[in-house]
Amino acid sequence: MSETSRFTFVSTQRRVREDRRFVVGKGNFVADIDVPNMKHVALVTCPYPAARIKSIDKNAALAMAGVHYVLDGAELAQGTLPLMTGLDTPNVPRRPLAVDIARYAGEWVVAVVADSRALAEDAADAVRIDYEKLPFVLDAEMAMEKDSVLVHQAHGSNVLLDKTFTWGEVDKDFAAAPRHLKLRVKWGRSSTVPIETFGVVTSWDPWREILDVWASIQMPRYNDQIGSALKVPVSSVRVHYDVDVGGSYGVKRGIKHTVLCGYLSRRLGFPVRLIEDRLENMRGGDAHGPERLFDVEAAYGDDGVIHSMKMRALENVGAYAGRSPFQLGKPVGAIVGPYRIKSVQYRAVAVVTNKTTQEAVRGFGQSPTNVAIERVVDEVANTLGLDPMDVRRRNLIRTEDFPYTIPSGTTYDSGDYLALIDKVLAHTSYEELKKKRDALRAQGMLAGIGIAAALEPSGGNATFEALLNPNVTTSTFMDSCRIAVDGLGSITATMHTTSSGQGHETLVGTVIGEVLGLDPELVRVVRPDSLNSLPSGTPVGSRMAIMLGGAAFEAAQKLKTKLTAIGAHDLGIPPERAVYERGEVYDRNAPDKRIKWADLVQIAHRNYHRMPPDMEPGLAVSHVMQVPTGGKLPTADGRVQMYPCTSFEFHMILVTIDPALGRPEIALYRIGHDCGTVINPKIVRGMTMGGIAHGIGAALYEEFAYDPEGQMIAQSFMDYLLPSSHEVPPVEIIHQVTPSPNTVLGQKGSGESGYLGAPAAIANAVNDALKPLGISINTLPLRASVLGDMIAEATAKKAS
Amino acid sequence: MHVKLSVNGQAHALDVEPRTTLLDTLRDTLKLTGAHAGCEHGVCGACTVLVDGVAVRSCLMFAPQAEGSTITTVEGVTPGPGELSPIQDAFCETHGMQCGYCTPAMVLVAHALLADNPAPTREEIVEAISGNICRCTGYAQIVEAIALAAERLRGSNRPVGA
Repeated sequence: MSETSRFTFVSTQRRVREDRRFVVGKGNFVADIDVPNMKHVALVTCPYPAARIKSIDKNAALAMAGVHYVLDGAELAQGTLPLMTGLDTPNVPRRPLAVDIARYAGEWVVAVVADSRALAEDAADAVRIDYEKLPFVLDAEMAMEKDSVLVHQAHGSNVLLDKTFTWGEVDKDFAAAPRHLKLRVKWGRSSTVPIETFGVVTSWDPWREILDVWASIQMPRYNDQIGSALKVPVSSVRVHYDVDVGGSYGVKRGIKHTVLCGYLSRRLGFPVRLIEDRLENMRGGDAHGPERLFDVEAAYGDDGVIHSMKMRALENVGAYAGRSPFQLGKPVGAIVGPYRIKSVQYRAVAVVTNKTTQEAVRGFGQSPTNVAIERVVDEVANTLGLDPMDVRRRNLIRTEDFPYTIPSGTTYDSGDYLALIDKVLAHTSYEELKKKRDALRAQGMLAGIGIAAALEPSGGNATFEALLNPNVTTSTFMDSCRIAVDGLGSITATMHTTSSGQGHETLVGTVIGEVLGLDPELVRVVRPDSLNSLPSGTPVGSRMAIMLGGAAFEAAQKLKTKLTAIGAHDLGIPPERAVYERGEVYDRNAPDKRIKWADLVQIAHRNYHRMPPDMEPGLAVSHVMQVPTGGKLPTADGRVQMYPCTSFEFHMILVTIDPALGRPEIALYRIGHDCGTVINPKIVRGMTMGGIAHGIGAALYEEFAYDPEGQMIAQSFMDYLLPSSHEVPPVEIIHQVTPSPNTVLGQKGSGESGYLGAPAAIANAVNDALKPLGISINTLPLRASVLGDMIAEATAKKAS
Repeated sequence: MHVKLSVNGQAHALDVEPRTTLLDTLRDTLKLTGAHAGCEHGVCGACTVLVDGVAVRSCLMFAPQAEGSTITTVEGVTPGPGELSPIQDAFCETHGMQCGYCTPAMVLVAHALLADNPAPTREEIVEAISGNICRCTGYAQIVEAIALAAERLRGSNRPVGA
């Protein structure tokens, strides 16, 4: 990779420093945290999708040995404020425990505190609640209807958000285009389902007035949200960021768990802990992802060039709104995917239903949107009898078009999509693949090729908030880093959030080592608690390489500048003549005149008389970074610069389906990936591979299915199927590096890579496989049971 | 009830409720927190420990059922403070993990596999870890870690696990 040869440590195959503690089982996960005198919480949940809570009998539970408290929603609501939401929907309040009415099966109604989790569960069984069942609604389209059952009576409808944007001359472009098509695509309700459930430990110190919080959390403004719900200053909330999070991929947003525990530990005077069991996690943990219905129309020419698109995205957010409706907003920043579509109409609708509340999931709504776009591109090819690869080539943004501004106002930073596709095809011949597919078909198998070209907008600045809620004026999404060199010359850097496997300590060490020309292993990276921290937007929006990496880079530059000034002053030369190199400063005109690291440290820490005048003693620097290209609010017509970087991925796969079984199997998987400068190749590869595995799950297996009675029926890992090592095929990644002009090292995001294109590629491959039967499917997950029935029916029809 | 457990070569006489799982006993009583609770119904494998050398889900076993068996946890295969076993080192070399939650179980499964089969094929490695769910990695770098460990161990004279 000649593009990256300017680096010493960046882009090299270095180990990930976090790994050492994990391979020996010494991660510091929340369930490993043992606070003296800690008590345990278990939950009583509502068995109905909608019910009025008539009475709660706590007596039997309270009479049990080892039981300390039974908390209901009414008491909790008295002592706390509703949880923060993204949209202004005051009549849809969200609270940790249901008040008067429970709105989904599994919603928490009562919390029991006991000496152990087992005792708390026993006591939870002894709580008697009298319910009056209420009518409910599960389906998003039904919930939109005028006469629908209302989930929140006071809100007056089930619609939280219904906003239409028109970017460009949509009507004109539709009228001018000779061809139109319509497609309905459904993305099933799934999530990231980390192997560690969410957990939190809280402890209130009444003498210092500080709430200590240890949590398995990945959430922006977590401390703000705790403070505001508990009605204490945020300076009374101390979140410990040195907790290792056992996987999240967006979803670990346990604010309701935290507020519940925070209230209990204050009320009861001892620390409490809530670690979800798997059922609590999957049903009442409020950790479901998007369930989205797309209606897409495309206007295109006989050559397959797509001129305009109309998309309605209808999101079923479940019973309450957190930030989840905003997942309709992020895709605005890549609404045309990697294509030169001139105009777009986008209608974003979010409705509440009597299902589990949604939270953020990897990609924040982008992956479902990419499926809709990519299915449309394939259908355009289908209707014209063109090859889907050719149609993509005709529509893709060309490298000379960058920076490229899409109709919704975001400028894509850089890319060379066609070159990466060519690299993938040079690796694996498309023509040979088609021959392979046709040979399989000749043997009686169903076989299909799926391709998908997808973008990963990265480095988020959260302007989708202002786009969907005009009362929000957020135009920054900071991250930061502090570096201190101690009196004997060791370097310690800080980061200010938890991590869930992304290797951020390695990221910070590598970047600082690169800037200072010192071995990254010499840079210790620590995580102060929230009261000692600088601002961090947390690892969301595929942003940490860009934002934390950027902050570390800038802080290291400040340190380098200071060291250079100290060295120049001590050498008696002007600063511009001094050169910093690998921890030393020398005179450009006399390279033998140099000051070593230890002496620079000595001067800064102990010899103020040798410092340049007016310079702060010591070696401590920090940098708070603004999002590149950020800082502006949306225009009146809803155009906005969303994310600073766009990574690109191109998937090409071969899927086979034994017609007797209906089960899709992936026979070949290739992906071309370009996320600009790669800081750690091992980390980026792992993220891409993991994203593909997650995408395979979402496309083929995973769904929080509900029965008509409103019960979530995928309640365990026997029903909610996670891909095992058997379901994830070997994947070959073909790399390309197109640096971003907007970032310090040319890096872009990769935390959502793989996931953003895998479901689209799989959906296209399955449809290609079904094509000879004259059938198609656009409902994800593409279940083997459904496919089997469809194939059997189509085969019978063909035979008759 | 009283239970005698042999864990990582050490004998423990414990007083536990009969319903306590081996997982909870290891974590809560013996403070061996390398075994993790994932699903607590025997699917995800995060709680895997070795019982008489065989990879077993400690969430599906009550502590009293483990009496008389030799139990090995990830703490037991770690050579010493700051030291890694060749298998653990191979996981670090390939970055066969991300969040680290399923990792101790994967390491133990690798120990069990390589003790029986010093030269596993890719398919045999895939089969061995197929009862352990990883949500982060897509498994590729875990498979590579085990293959690398096998290769390195074959090149040394030491028995697996030593």
